[in-house]
Amino acid sequence: MTIHAANFTELKLERLSREFGNLNALRDVNLTIRQGEFIALLGPSGCGKSTTLNILAGLLPATGGGIWLDDKRIDRLRPEERGFGMVFQNYALFPHMSVEDNVGFGLLMRGMSKAERKKRVDEAITMVRLTGHGHKLPGQLSGGQQQRVAIARAIVVEPPLVLMDEPLSNLDAKLRLEMRAEIRRIHNMLGATTIYVTHDQEEALSLADRIVVLKDGVVRQVGTPDELFAHPAYLDVAEFMGFRNRLGGTVTAREGDRVTVALAAGGQMQGRPRGDINVGDTVIVTVRADDMKHAPDGEGFPAKVASSEFRGREFCAFGSAADGSDLAFQSHSPLVAGDQVQVGADPARVLVFPDRMQ
Amino acid sequence: MSTPVSLPASIPLSQRLAARGIDGLTLLVVPAALFILGLFVYPFLYGLWLSFQPKVGGTFANYAKFFADPFLYGTIATTLWLALPVTLLNIVLAVPIALRVRHLRRQRLLTTILVIPITLGTVLVAEGLLNYLGPQGWFSRSLIALGLISKPLALLHNYWGVFISLLLTGFPFTFLLTLSYLSGLDPALEQAAATLGAGSWQRFRHIILPLLLAGLAITFCLSFVQAFSVFPSAVLLGAPAGPTRVISIAAYQAAFEDYDYSMASAIAMIMAVVQLAIVAALLFARGLIYRGATSGGKG
Amino acid sequence: MIRDTTLGAKLWITAVWAVIGFFILNLLAMIAAVVVSSFATRWLGTWFPLGWTTRWYTSAWEEFQLGDVLTVTFQVVFLVVFLSGLIGVPAAYAMARREFPGKRLVMLLFLLPLLVPPITFGIPLATVLYRAGLAGSMTGVVLANLVPTVPFVVLVMIPFVEQIDQRIEAAARVFGASTFQLFRYVLVPLLLPGILAALLLVLVRTIAMFELTFLTAGPTSQTLVVALYYAVFASGVRSVQSIDAMAVVYMITTLVWLLIALRFVNPTQIVARAKSEHAH
Repeated sequence: MTIHAANFTELKLERLSREFGNLNALRDVNLTIRQGEFIALLGPSGCGKSTTLNILAGLLPATGGGIWLDDKRIDRLRPEERGFGMVFQNYALFPHMSVEDNVGFGLLMRGMSKAERKKRVDEAITMVRLTGHGHKLPGQLSGGQQQRVAIARAIVVEPPLVLMDEPLSNLDAKLRLEMRAEIRRIHNMLGATTIYVTHDQEEALSLADRIVVLKDGVVRQVGTPDELFAHPAYLDVAEFMGFRNRLGGTVTAREGDRVTVALAAGGQMQGRPRGDINVGDTVIVTVRADDMKHAPDGEGFPAKVASSEFRGREFCAFGSAADGSDLAFQSHSPLVAGDQVQVGADPARVLVFPDRMQ
Repeated sequence: MSTPVSLPASIPLSQRLAARGIDGLTLLVVPAALFILGLFVYPFLYGLWLSFQPKVGGTFANYAKFFADPFLYGTIATTLWLALPVTLLNIVLAVPIALRVRHLRRQRLLTTILVIPITLGTVLVAEGLLNYLGPQGWFSRSLIALGLISKPLALLHNYWGVFISLLLTGFPFTFLLTLSYLSGLDPALEQAAATLGAGSWQRFRHIILPLLLAGLAITFCLSFVQAFSVFPSAVLLGAPAGPTRVISIAAYQAAFEDYDYSMASAIAMIMAVVQLAIVAALLFARGLIYRGATSGGKG
Repeated sequence: MIRDTTLGAKLWITAVWAVIGFFILNLLAMIAAVVVSSFATRWLGTWFPLGWTTRWYTSAWEEFQLGDVLTVTFQVVFLVVFLSGLIGVPAAYAMARREFPGKRLVMLLFLLPLLVPPITFGIPLATVLYRAGLAGSMTGVVLANLVPTVPFVVLVMIPFVEQIDQRIEAAARVFGASTFQLFRYVLVPLLLPGILAALLLVLVRTIAMFELTFLTAGPTSQTLVVALYYAVFASGVRSVQSIDAMAVVYMITTLVWLLIALRFVNPTQIVARAKSEHAH
């Protein structure tokens, strides 16, 4: 095993910005990444995650701020001087070169001898489990195999940083799961530092050590997957993390880390406050579909069922609250359209955000 | 289309034909095909036959005469000596310029300006150059004013007049064709090469050039064939009796000055064969290089 | 685009732009020289003429019978445009929609007249037309000009036809349209932008088509470009300014149509006609 990740201590993004004309694609992004971390940049399309990646790669100049690799400022370097590895969304394999030549391209550019190159390329090809395909052209490979070549090509140069731009988005669902495990395996094996761009929160949660949620060019929250999953800091982050049910209401009581909200749809719910919330504030209550239950033990509110689907162990029902808010919730028994039911959730699973629209 | 291997004879002919893709709609291609057969293929074959029916002498007399007379066979070299350097220069200029221009957001103004000489055609360009490149024309006058030369350059009624006119009409053609091939190249490939440590020359050498080569071969063929058939500018700007007596002048004179259609056809056939030989050589070489997809993956 | 900031790269970029600038400067100066000369009273040995006049236009009009020449030019051009549309568009439709035995051969048939330069096939073609007694007449000129324009229309129109969803045609068939009605009510309206683009390009190319017209035209069937050639060829007989005035008339006739055409097509289309077909 001779392929290792290059050493550094930390990569720092300081007030990184990018303007396209009048549009701020990225605003004052600050981020410190330690060696060996797997970072996911997560957000909807147009949030600035790909812009960040392209600036890191040197493919797009930043219009403000800087990037430091330990003490070395790198944001002025041309992409070929940075020595990072990158996996592109459509793989960008050189169609006129064999798999071996694709993988060895970076080594050739570094002026490595043929024998050494051959050794490293073989090793990388073995690592991504493509032994025997070395002489094929990319056009003769399946999507998953092309993906493996793209990864091998990026890691064989032992980059301090591997950048991945939605690498799984062109694969079908089954292959996506397989390659997800593969990417994590290779990351662990090399100890490489990886920055991974995706719009799929499930992918980010399962792969990353830390997730950076971006929206409209601004970092909304940085945290480990479980932090983000359980404690999203903002309503939009919560929504992105699957808090699908949203109900308006007014705070009637607050006791430590527990607030009681009188819902606009009638009834009340208890939950954990996020941010500065006081009695009398208008708030939005959010709950995951998995945590909203039919016929709860505690408090709840009335809802009208529109449809329900069998989901193996439970039923997932869709309906609406009295104020018209859409609801999705779990039920142990089948429900029929038109049923009037009581729904609610465990207060520990309920998040209460201030309603900024008011 | 799936063509059934055999159909029972009881099925009507029209249906059997339709199964092979021939029906009323297919017949719409017939008038155009007949037209080209009648006015392109037939004249060519007729010309070929006619070239073997010389006014005097045996079957091959025209060809024998052509290759015996330096005033005739020399036109091949004269034409090649014009067409090959011009085409090469056009390509050598077009590639780096197209590489720059493809990133330009307002390409259209430039491409519109460049399409003007193609639209105006060789006759007008020749007419314009007679004035512009003349001893009293703006070109020499400007160079003298800049102190680059002391007396006007002799650019008319010689090799260079024709050369410049071929450059003026040929470059835009070559450039626009190269540009359209270049825009088919996936920019991610170059970016990938850059992240792997390739500088701009290495990106060109290892990625762009190999992927562009197949298109450049076609561009060369089309540009060369056009330059090889140079006619009005060789007459108007060149020395049609001497250094720019190109093969098309020889063919024209045989037909319309000597009224020897048989000889004219023979020269036209020789012209076609030379063009074909160069094109075939290039396309053969092209068969040896990569010419598959120019994008980097399953989009 | 990958930014390159090295000194060498900057020099290289400057050099590239200098070449483009030099080319365009000379091109525009050449055109300007013709225009200036056509309005010059006397222009010898100076940067600009001594005085300005429009009289060369009236003299050119009379000397070269430009009225007649323009009439012939437009008759030829519009006949060519109309006929190449009439023959080319249905052929393009069949080529785009049907797979039939020998299709590749037919495609080659349409490619050849575009790839072989006109002077090469023009001489045998003129010979045949002379033998048939058609050369020297308007018919001969139109027929010769159609040889490259019919395949041109076919090749330009094929991708336009392919863009139209076949289910739209199927729907028209289901509702009872005959082939003619299908063309009349469904296809022609949908293809109109493509037809317009193709025919405008044919128009521009035919006005500028020198070789084929030159080889087949008689004294009464000369188009403007051929008349211009004869005028330049015999220069010395007429004054330079009057030939330049004619050249300006020619430029205007061509460039007006080019400008109209460019509203509907991309400049590269004028060049890259047969490219995609030839790529494999």
